[in-house]
Amino acid sequence: MLLDIYSFSTLTASINKDLHAAMTPWLAVATELVLIGLLFLTFYALLGLFLVYLERKVCAVMQNRIGPNRVGKWGVFQTIADLIKLVTKELIPIKNADSFLFNLAPFIVIIASFMAMAALPFAKGLQAIDFNIGIFYIIAVSSLGVVGILIAGWSSNSKYSLIGAMRSGAQVVSYELSVGLSLLAIVVLSGSMQLSTIVESQANGWWIFKGHIPALIAFVIYLIASTAEINRGPFDLAEAESELTAGFHTEYSGIKFAFFFLAEYINMFIVAAIAATLFFGGWMPFHIDHWEAFNRVMDYIPSIVWFFGKTFIIIYLIMWFKWTFPRLRIDQLLNLEWKYLLPLSLMNIVIVSFVVLMGWYF
Amino acid sequence: MTLNVLMFYLLSAIILIFSVLTITSRRMLRAAVYLLFVLVATAGFYFLLNYQFLAAVQLTLYAGGIVVLIIFSILLTGHISEKFKKPASWKLWMGIIALVVGSTLTLWTLLSHNFVKSTDIKAVPVDMHLIGNQLLGLGKNGYVLSFEIISVLLLAAMIAAIVIAKKEKSQKSDTL
Repeated sequence: MLLDIYSFSTLTASINKDLHAAMTPWLAVATELVLIGLLFLTFYALLGLFLVYLERKVCAVMQNRIGPNRVGKWGVFQTIADLIKLVTKELIPIKNADSFLFNLAPFIVIIASFMAMAALPFAKGLQAIDFNIGIFYIIAVSSLGVVGILIAGWSSNSKYSLIGAMRSGAQVVSYELSVGLSLLAIVVLSGSMQLSTIVESQANGWWIFKGHIPALIAFVIYLIASTAEINRGPFDLAEAESELTAGFHTEYSGIKFAFFFLAEYINMFIVAAIAATLFFGGWMPFHIDHWEAFNRVMDYIPSIVWFFGKTFIIIYLIMWFKWTFPRLRIDQLLNLEWKYLLPLSLMNIVIVSFVVLMGWYF
Repeated sequence: MTLNVLMFYLLSAIILIFSVLTITSRRMLRAAVYLLFVLVATAGFYFLLNYQFLAAVQLTLYAGGIVVLIIFSILLTGHISEKFKKPASWKLWMGIIALVVGSTLTLWTLLSHNFVKSTDIKAVPVDMHLIGNQLLGLGKNGYVLSFEIISVLLLAAMIAAIVIAKKEKSQKSDTL
């Protein structure tokens, strides 16, 4: 199959073989762990820089402005200049604050998003770890991030931070349910929680098309609930600038603030990548069952391009939300989740189970 | 020494150190955070045993669910920033005696038990389908009865929570 040309598994397998030939097994494994860690760190940092730049440009387009345009061509190096500024800033200690928890909180937030990223399938054969419960693992580790937010809010010893953290905590805890239940619809359709199997099951069409009505409902719920879970507008009342300064990270400065900022953007990427993987086939090219010639043409586009293409379209959609919709109030936010999204997603689970039992999907 | 053994000792050290810190820390929120580390390291053990399902359950339920609830309830109480007072000395000594007696008993039982090596038994990957079938199974080793009882219990708890949180009708008009 043409797909195999672009597969990364030959590359990773050869690196694995060479390492094992050169050193003892446990040293080889340790080296691989370090290599993968470095690779992810680099990717994480570059992606963060790019997403911040993208956000500013998208925001500018929405508001009929030009956006960053001074540093480099089209301002592409603007975020690098911002990063240098952030790194050189002073780390301000807070009086009467619990300094241990204050310093710990950004790490909890960033580690949670780092762990979630480890299980994503970026391209064919390019996945750091393929658990047989992949999607459940991602939901599990991303739920750790809220602990960091709550601790950051309290240990800052500031009322803005505390209110922001309580709002954010309530929001993340409640919207987690809808995220999980909407992803469960695709798990029911594909019969697996392993991300590689879910991607393979979309070789004859993506689930959003094959699963028709229930998949579409699940996708809409997922998009709303996950936008809320990553604290982005229109659900960004946890850091509503006009009333709470910057929410739970008001008191943070320098690189510690950058950690929160980075984790927020990477979480957006993870959320979009999960949506792309489960609903739009991940790295799987656009295939239509029995259209052999068409499918082979589609296979010419490398899988990594498909994955990042889909992911960035969804990221664009999420950014579009932020700059279009007005911010919700806390009671509206909780009403939306508990009175509309949660009953709807529970109903959707029943519908999708019925559809699968009757075999009414393609 | 293989990496597995190294990881085992690392995780055990994390669990032991942070368990002690959880109960000796005199600041409430710090104790909750130490507890989080213990629970996450326990999930690490399940990953080490290749039982990823249980590890993910541990992370969602304990680390993501219960610790968040604990932190929430601590934040809602008034006296978070206060340090606990040191316990009275007779309480401390009683605690130490209970600790010594308990740990000797446990250690003695563990060391006198004859453990059978299970190296020849191969690890089986635990499939999601298997867990689902077992959980709702009616036959041998099926858990459907306990599953249903727990669901009823949860429903009752939820209704109770709603009843407690429900406002009186007369108050409702002026608060919202």
